[in-house]
Amino acid sequence: MPSAPNSFRTGPDERGHFGIFGGRYVAETLMPLILELEKAYNDAKADPSFQNELDYLLEHYAGRPSPLYFAKRLTEKLGGAKIYFKRDELNHTGSHKINNVLGQVLMAKRMGKTRVIAETGAGQHGVATATACALFDIPCVVFMGAVDVERQAPNVVRMNMLGAEVRAVTAGSATLKDAMNEALRDWVATCENTFYCIGTVAGPHPYPAMVRDFQCVIGNETRVQMMKAEGRLPDTLVACIGGGSNAMGLFHPFLDDKGVRLVGVEAGGKGVETGEHAASLTGGRPGVLHGNRTYLLQDEEGQITEAHSISAGLDYPGIGPEHSWLKEMGRIEYVSATDAEALAAFQMLCKLEGIIPALEPAHALGHVIKLAPTLPKDNLLVMNLCGRGDKDVFAVAERLGMKI
Amino acid sequence: MSRIAKRFARLKADKRAGLVTYVTAGDPNLDVSYQILKGLPAAGADLIELGMPFTDPMADGPSIQLAGQRALKAGITVDATFDMVRRFRKETGDNDTPILLMGYYNLVYQRGPERFCKDAAAAGVDGFILVDLPPEEADELKPYAVAAGIDTVLLTAPTTDDERLPAVLKYSSGFVYFVSVLGITGTSSATEEAVRTHVERIKRHTELPIGVGFGIRTPDQAAAIARHADAAVVGSAIVERVKAGLDDHGKAKPDLVPGVFAYIKALADGVRGVRKA
Ligand SMILES: Cc1ncc(COP(=O)(O)O)c(C=O)c1O
Repeated sequence: MPSAPNSFRTGPDERGHFGIFGGRYVAETLMPLILELEKAYNDAKADPSFQNELDYLLEHYAGRPSPLYFAKRLTEKLGGAKIYFKRDELNHTGSHKINNVLGQVLMAKRMGKTRVIAETGAGQHGVATATACALFDIPCVVFMGAVDVERQAPNVVRMNMLGAEVRAVTAGSATLKDAMNEALRDWVATCENTFYCIGTVAGPHPYPAMVRDFQCVIGNETRVQMMKAEGRLPDTLVACIGGGSNAMGLFHPFLDDKGVRLVGVEAGGKGVETGEHAASLTGGRPGVLHGNRTYLLQDEEGQITEAHSISAGLDYPGIGPEHSWLKEMGRIEYVSATDAEALAAFQMLCKLEGIIPALEPAHALGHVIKLAPTLPKDNLLVMNLCGRGDKDVFAVAERLGMKI
Repeated sequence: MSRIAKRFARLKADKRAGLVTYVTAGDPNLDVSYQILKGLPAAGADLIELGMPFTDPMADGPSIQLAGQRALKAGITVDATFDMVRRFRKETGDNDTPILLMGYYNLVYQRGPERFCKDAAAAGVDGFILVDLPPEEADELKPYAVAAGIDTVLLTAPTTDDERLPAVLKYSSGFVYFVSVLGITGTSSATEEAVRTHVERIKRHTELPIGVGFGIRTPDQAAAIARHADAAVVGSAIVERVKAGLDDHGKAKPDLVPGVFAYIKALADGVRGVRKA
């Protein structure tokens, strides 16, 4: 194992690598565009007016900062750690995805692009992209696996209402990875006028770093809010992981605070031991897909295997490359929660706190339910409640045999 | 001199351009796929690209995606692909027609770049075309390919400008593959004029032969490419002939293989009809 760096926050290197992970494994056609994006993003980072415009939108349009809420009843029920929720589900459009999308759509404008495309799983990133594109009057096409179009139907309707075109992708397993393939195929043909707005900390460099930077608002706010609430940093942070953007956004600002324990929760599907899961870090190994090297679910030869999760947003056989690196460095613990654990957590949160969570953070909660009772009462635990469950109510009702 | 270099030298001496044919290994099944491979030179292929099916072919259009799915379903593996090449060299005694493997890097990476290069060379493979391995990442493969005597054919695209071309060429050997359109395989076609301009531009940077592909489907289009480039590459249109030779249950009809060869012969006639200086 490589030795620990002085800081975990300096990556990636100039070639977009986090250790052996990351990089730019894309078709040559896209390479010049990706280099152009990298340059434009570096310019934007150095331009205060870019950050000002983004900050303004985050505050007045998305509704940031999101509250840091002490979940008293849940804490009492679990009888251990003091549990706080970072309430990114209260953002406009209902999840953390808007943080990143506002940044990227500003980049699209800055680069003079006249069309935006996105992939989406749960539909939250698609809805956020459709929203920002409506706001900035940019045509938007969202690629979504046909299976997800079915199970996240409310979000398809929302995207259509917002003026976006949703293209159902039937290739492969017809879920998130296939939507990403199709978005990349579109982009190769349209890259001269089109901006590809990737929804998580994956894809070729500079996306993993750029999306992370845009999501770090979550962790930066949490730092300030926890200092105000408790006068010190939190002890434990927990977040769910699909591609890893909400988790990275919460964790990254704390990577160099050694005392802060970081726990990423992947989707365990029917159980990691059954092979039917989406836990790339637990059940996969390094490979190359979608422009970067990272942990992937794959067979012996390197054919990508299908992920399985009740949550469309976590149903992805890969993970952002920086997570792969942080796993190997031992800085973040990665665990998993099953479909059943997520469903139980979903119901518990509705009843105990009056919050209907998205199925994605319900996985994080599934782990908190196991973890919190093992921790002392003065352990300050923050869970990223990164999405609300409106999109999931029909699917969950069906699973629970409720009549609609 | 590599087989690829020799073949282009020969084409030059014959004052004509070459035809590069792409087929997906294992499509529609291992047996028929081998029959196709075996007959490609006689049908008119000067160089052969053998596609390695991948579950997530991000640069391919529907035709090659489906071909890959058929092949994976039929049980194609990397070893079986190497076996096809080995058998081709042994059974046909053809020691001149170059065979390039085309595909995505993960299959190479999983076997290990060094072992992959050695195994490929031992089977009789001459070159690699890896769609998602641009020069920025090519260092992890190139030394092993050189050691094994395997050419690496990198892609250039209309977006690859003069400033970037040297980086691509630095890792290229055998020939340079110009992707003539912005897009995935099997969709649109470039105009002859656009191809001419780009080929001339690339020629200013390199002595390597230039193969042009993406979107070529007719003998006339192949001939148009042959007027400007050193080779025309045809893929999706051939793979569609394979599909056309399947019955409703996906079984190969008797006319599948002859149909593919007849089509390739027409393309080859198009290419060979163009006399080069
Ligand atoms: C609410 C919510 N949380 C989490 C995710 C997973 O993405 P990530 O791991 O990038 O945060 C999604 C993706 O759709 C989502 O909608």
